[in-house]
Amino acid sequence: MSPRIVAVVPAFEEEAAIGAVVSEIHDFDPGIDVVVVDDGSRDETTEAAVAAGAVVVRLPFNLGIGAAVQTGFRYALEQDYDVAVRLDGDGQHDATELPKLLAPLERGEADVVTGSRFRDENGGYRPPLGRRLGITWFAKLVSLLSRQRVTDTTSGFQALNRPAIALFARDYPSDYPEVEATVLLLKHRLRLLEVPVEMRERETGSSSITFLASLYYAVKVTLALFVGIARRSAVPNEEAQR
Amino acid sequence: MTPVRISIAAAIGSVLLLLIVLELIRGRRLKERYALLWLATGVVLLVLSIWRGGLNTIAGWLGVTSYPPAVLFAVATLFIFLVLLHYSTVISRLTDENVDLAQRIALLEERLSRERPPPREG
Repeated sequence: MSPRIVAVVPAFEEEAAIGAVVSEIHDFDPGIDVVVVDDGSRDETTEAAVAAGAVVVRLPFNLGIGAAVQTGFRYALEQDYDVAVRLDGDGQHDATELPKLLAPLERGEADVVTGSRFRDENGGYRPPLGRRLGITWFAKLVSLLSRQRVTDTTSGFQALNRPAIALFARDYPSDYPEVEATVLLLKHRLRLLEVPVEMRERETGSSSITFLASLYYAVKVTLALFVGIARRSAVPNEEAQR
Repeated sequence: MTPVRISIAAAIGSVLLLLIVLELIRGRRLKERYALLWLATGVVLLVLSIWRGGLNTIAGWLGVTSYPPAVLFAVATLFIFLVLLHYSTVISRLTDENVDLAQRIALLEERLSRERPPPREG
């Protein structure tokens, strides 16, 4: 029997893009259920997602990306899915790239597979200098901490198996979660694998990260990384590995 | 030595703080667990303002020779920092609980909407 897959799509005020994102996933594989987590949008994000045929979990107010994504993982755990894939609600993640993420998971080679924009040397993605510096800094830091090569710690294009879903449903970092989540995975001895993928330019909306926010992001996440190593974990290792 | 007037003023201030905190607890506007640090602040400041010899001795240990009442300010400041830090931990916990509640509500609402059509708003 093939695994039951759910696509978790966090969306905050993405009424223009969300419908296409949901349809694209369904077009790619009608067997994948799509759950859109509407993070307290004031626009018609929920209506657009429902119209496109997604299940919508609507947060009563804006919780931020980390808690929105975690809501999706809680849904996946509750509904007993085997695999969760995470795509952004703005359409930058291409559903036709999903097999690259799913294949290593099905072969049991990893617990979490992340799509990296930088793994492929001739990939087209060139972020602005400031962001590139930040991404490089965290990639080096996480690579050092995890003793494996990690190139894209900010990618939200991921596939997770059951143990990883269970872990993230219980404990997931709040804002700018991806870097910390990587460390969390390694602490719980879950295996992380990066595969090269291509991502699109954002279709609508603007990136949630502005300059001041980037600075806060860099400081906060660096602090979280170093403290995180020593921090008590919310979930005992054995439970997460179940 | 500490001027007597400063000791009296500090003692009155500490007693006022204690009375206000006790009254807030009595009126159920302040939970005991959040009042404990304030009560400790009031008691310590009261003891240091009445027990003049003690304040001078502590000032001597700390090398505050010219003006012992400075120790009163230092102790008061320390306690205010402790109270604020305590509040930061409380806010952090409330934030986590708030997120958990919002997520549960959203998941329950989704489940409910599948079992029966959503009620009309308005």
